[in-house]
Amino acid sequence: MNIIDPAIAVHDLVKTYKSGTAVAGISFALVPGTITGLLGGNGAGKTTTIAMIMGLVAPTSGTVRVLSADMPRQRHRVLHRMNFESPYVEMPMRLTVRQNLTVFGMLYGVEDVDARIGSLAAEFNLGDLLDRQTGKLSAGQKTRVSLAKALLNRPEVLLLDEPTASLDPDTADWVRGRLERYCAQYHATVLLASHNMSEVERMCSRIIIMKQGRIEDDDTPVALLARYGRSTLEEVFLDVARGRAEAWEAAQ
Amino acid sequence: MNRHITDAAGLSLRRIAAMVLRYWYLLRSSWPRVLDLIYWPTVQMLMWGFLQTYIGQNAGFFARASGTFIGAVLLWDILFRGQLGFSVSFLEEMWARNLGNLMMSPLRPIEFMAALMIMSIVRLFIGLVPVTLLAIAFFGFNLYGFGLALAAFFGNLILTSWAVGIFVSGLVLRNGLGAENMAWTIMFIFLPITCVYYPVAVLPEWLQLVAWALPPTYVFEGMRALLIDHVLRLDLMIESVALNVVWFSAATLAFFELLKSARRNGSLMQTGE
Repeated sequence: MNIIDPAIAVHDLVKTYKSGTAVAGISFALVPGTITGLLGGNGAGKTTTIAMIMGLVAPTSGTVRVLSADMPRQRHRVLHRMNFESPYVEMPMRLTVRQNLTVFGMLYGVEDVDARIGSLAAEFNLGDLLDRQTGKLSAGQKTRVSLAKALLNRPEVLLLDEPTASLDPDTADWVRGRLERYCAQYHATVLLASHNMSEVERMCSRIIIMKQGRIEDDDTPVALLARYGRSTLEEVFLDVARGRAEAWEAAQ
Repeated sequence: MNRHITDAAGLSLRRIAAMVLRYWYLLRSSWPRVLDLIYWPTVQMLMWGFLQTYIGQNAGFFARASGTFIGAVLLWDILFRGQLGFSVSFLEEMWARNLGNLMMSPLRPIEFMAALMIMSIVRLFIGLVPVTLLAIAFFGFNLYGFGLALAAFFGNLILTSWAVGIFVSGLVLRNGLGAENMAWTIMFIFLPITCVYYPVAVLPEWLQLVAWALPPTYVFEGMRALLIDHVLRLDLMIESVALNVVWFSAATLAFFELLKSARRNGSLMQTGE
């Protein structure tokens, strides 16, 4: 990959289902080593966008390139360099945490899986949970396991969907710090979909706001706050979600 | 960045092993799953075995054709349980909502299918080996006495079962768990048409044409030739292999088309009903 190539490049991306348009012609490019927030209300098209970036859904038109590979056509060139975490996808419940991480470690081609699981267990405080069935964990414990799975292969591109959902504030804060350190250490590119505005504000150097399948705004948190004349990102989000952005622009 | 065992462009035995390990962990953690593998084949074998014993005592032909029912039921179980072993392992991913994890991992569909094939054999052996031993104990019927013919029968039946399993998995991928029932019932259409318990000649002529288009028909005819006439019909086995190549290829192509369609309509994101 050329040094100036974006880690993720989305161009004129459209996804139309029989029931309607989920993504209506969006474009963006993510610089390697950055954390970008993807915001939007329910049905804004965030999950479909992430699914197209992972190659799980084929675009109706437009292109997605990840680490210079066309998705989904060339996904097997890069999937071992990516990973994701989402509360909407679960790990097999009857398997223990160790068994699940072993299986995914092997799938992602991780060398010395046991050592890697040991180090992630120490980092995510999973030591006591390793030999418990995944289905018997609390929601917060499951999220920590999913994050450990997402970092198993030390991904260069990480897609996170609500990564701190179900975590208590203390653990959530710790996880955010851990993810920030990971990105700095491995120069990883992160696309973070979240409804937690303080999380996005803290972690992201850039924010893309989607509404009804389109990108409504795309800038740094500071620039967005200044543009909307708001003091928190939550207020900006509400302005966009409730259509006040257009009213504000018209007034200007 | 960690190094990878295999080239990203190639198939990986390690990924196939990972999936086999995943299903092995699952089986090991659940004794009802193991019991289920053995229960129905045992019930079937006992029922048909006693029926054959009864008929054999009252009819000369069946006395001569000793073992055809038990042989048929055991071979039918290879076909039926082989497909079920493939499909149930696949369905486990749907039930566990784990398909998204797998589809967004480096696992290739062909590796996934290879793991499902291996698991269908593992599940088949767990279920059938005890039943074949019971058949020897109860009825003196030794399936292993078929010798090399058993390998030919087994190879052909398992290939057909995989072809059906692959096709059904594609349907479930494309249509979600609403298509799950297909996995449990589709094979039963083979029961009357492939002439498991009676010769093809029994069927009306037009249906005989259909029967001869299905690879298992040749196996069951071959089994009867072996048990009744004591002849190993290699011609039937070769024809069965040829048909299996066609059916297996068609099922694989259909699976990839259904997978492509599932990516287009977003059904991989919704693995429920």
